[in-house]
Amino acid sequence: MTGKLSRTETAPVRDSAVPMVKAEGVHKSFGPVEVLKGIDLEVRQGEVFCLIGPSGSGKSTFLRCINHLEKINAGRLYVDGELVGYRQKGDKLYELKDSEVALKRRDIGMVFQRFNLFPHMTALENVMEAPVQVKGVSKAQARERARGLLERVGLGDKAGNYPSQLSGGQQQRVAIARALAMEPKLMLFDEPTSALDPELVGDVLDVMRDLAESGMTMVVVTHEMGFAREVGDSLVFMDDGVVVESGNPRDVLTDPQHERTKAFLSKVL
Amino acid sequence: MTVDIDKTAGGPAGTPPPGPGAEAIKAIPVRHYGRYVSAAVAIALLAAVVFAFSQGKINWGAIPDYFFDDRVLTGMGKTLLITVLAMLIGVVGGIVLAVMRLSKNPVTSSISWFYIWFFRGTPVLVQLVVWFNLGLVFEYINLGPFYRDEWSDFMTPFLTALLGLGLNEAAYMAEICRAGLLAVDEGQTEAAHALGMSQAKTLRRIVVPQAMRVIVPPTGNEVINMLKTTSLVSVVQYAELFRVAQDIGQTSGAPAEMLFLAAAWYLLLTSVFSIGQYYLERHYARGSSRQLPPTPWQKVKTNMFALGRPKGGTA
Repeated sequence: MTGKLSRTETAPVRDSAVPMVKAEGVHKSFGPVEVLKGIDLEVRQGEVFCLIGPSGSGKSTFLRCINHLEKINAGRLYVDGELVGYRQKGDKLYELKDSEVALKRRDIGMVFQRFNLFPHMTALENVMEAPVQVKGVSKAQARERARGLLERVGLGDKAGNYPSQLSGGQQQRVAIARALAMEPKLMLFDEPTSALDPELVGDVLDVMRDLAESGMTMVVVTHEMGFAREVGDSLVFMDDGVVVESGNPRDVLTDPQHERTKAFLSKVL
Repeated sequence: MTVDIDKTAGGPAGTPPPGPGAEAIKAIPVRHYGRYVSAAVAIALLAAVVFAFSQGKINWGAIPDYFFDDRVLTGMGKTLLITVLAMLIGVVGGIVLAVMRLSKNPVTSSISWFYIWFFRGTPVLVQLVVWFNLGLVFEYINLGPFYRDEWSDFMTPFLTALLGLGLNEAAYMAEICRAGLLAVDEGQTEAAHALGMSQAKTLRRIVVPQAMRVIVPPTGNEVINMLKTTSLVSVVQYAELFRVAQDIGQTSGAPAEMLFLAAAWYLLLTSVFSIGQYYLERHYARGSSRQLPPTPWQKVKTNMFALGRPKGGTA
């Protein structure tokens, strides 16, 4: 149902020594509540990185820190070697202006649990919007590319539909196409299948699997253990704002070392 | 709503036929006797009121004589002009004030708060008169090399009416717009930001179009309100519909008749605006419901079609 994405089209070759995402002691509090209590991790270029854990463990918050939808309170967070949200001069940190943050977000695609498609635009217009408005691509060019992307996520015939006329699974695939339209180097998925009917989950996972095969670097917050085991290159289990266990998804899911991981997996598997 | 439409379009043929062995229900519908009684009472009361007015000392014949009088039409034109321009100031000002109010910048949000506090807190009639008499404070208006004049010459009745009504309206529109902007799901802003859109673009392309659906109905209300409020500017000597009607009334010796004439015109104009509002709301409903509500003309067509069919087609 979905065409394969060729590697060159979505993932330009870069220095693979620089990790795509690097977190060093990342802390985040909402008021008095500390949600992230020192996260250290590394996402390599081209890897599918899965974050699992109970709700409230901070995995979605961490994902939102990566494209600076949330500001971190302590630690350092780098995307492709560059500090997120700040500029460092000497030992001083300067906050980036909104426009500079926006510029960096262009390269990071994000897919939300609740899709967040623009309801007043058709599927095609949703996919065209950012390239035209942000990158200044001509409408004709953006339209052609948007049609191609919708075709790839299996929705070539739904281009003229408004989001309210699409099923949840279809909306989420449009959302993926919308993020890909900006030709990102990194894709963030925030529980992309949690709001879907069970029978629609497969279509979305198929699209994500194709994307992974094309070499896209992906950070995926998910409860789909099957997907993590099959497609994931690395897996991190988070609980209560800390990384409890990490490693190869096959190993962690079949032979967890920590009690908390075991307890969690026994409930979801 | 969609369900109703589908029924009238498909009719009884659209519903599945009863299966074998199942008997179609033929029940006697509930009789609503109260409706007949209340309708009769309402008609009787209306007739009594109409009769009383027709017997009163009112020269009804004077109204058609002046209905399309040149002065009345000019006054109506001015009423419309002030309504449209003041609403334009109100809507643009309202959006700006609402964005300022919701801004992270404490200075702009305080300014907006203060503006709304002041203009909503004083009567518009008082504001109009104050604008007119601002010459007491500012003797001259001096815009350097571009413009310089005495205040009383600068602040014409037209400008007084426009600024008085427009700036007052902006305060009310600001609250309506703020409610609309807040009604848009936060996920929309996040999605736009995640795509790299700037704050301004996010507002203009994503948030405001969706807020419009919430903003338009109360704004239509404001337009109709504004149309009627323009009658207040007669106090600053602006010759709009109400003022003209009063003037004609005094010279022609039919003052009460001219008030009825003005009322009829206002009613006519507000009715026209209401129709416009309906189509505007329909436009901004795009994407929010799966099927747009039918236009009145479409409703008439389906109803006429339904009349030609045997009973039971429509609910």
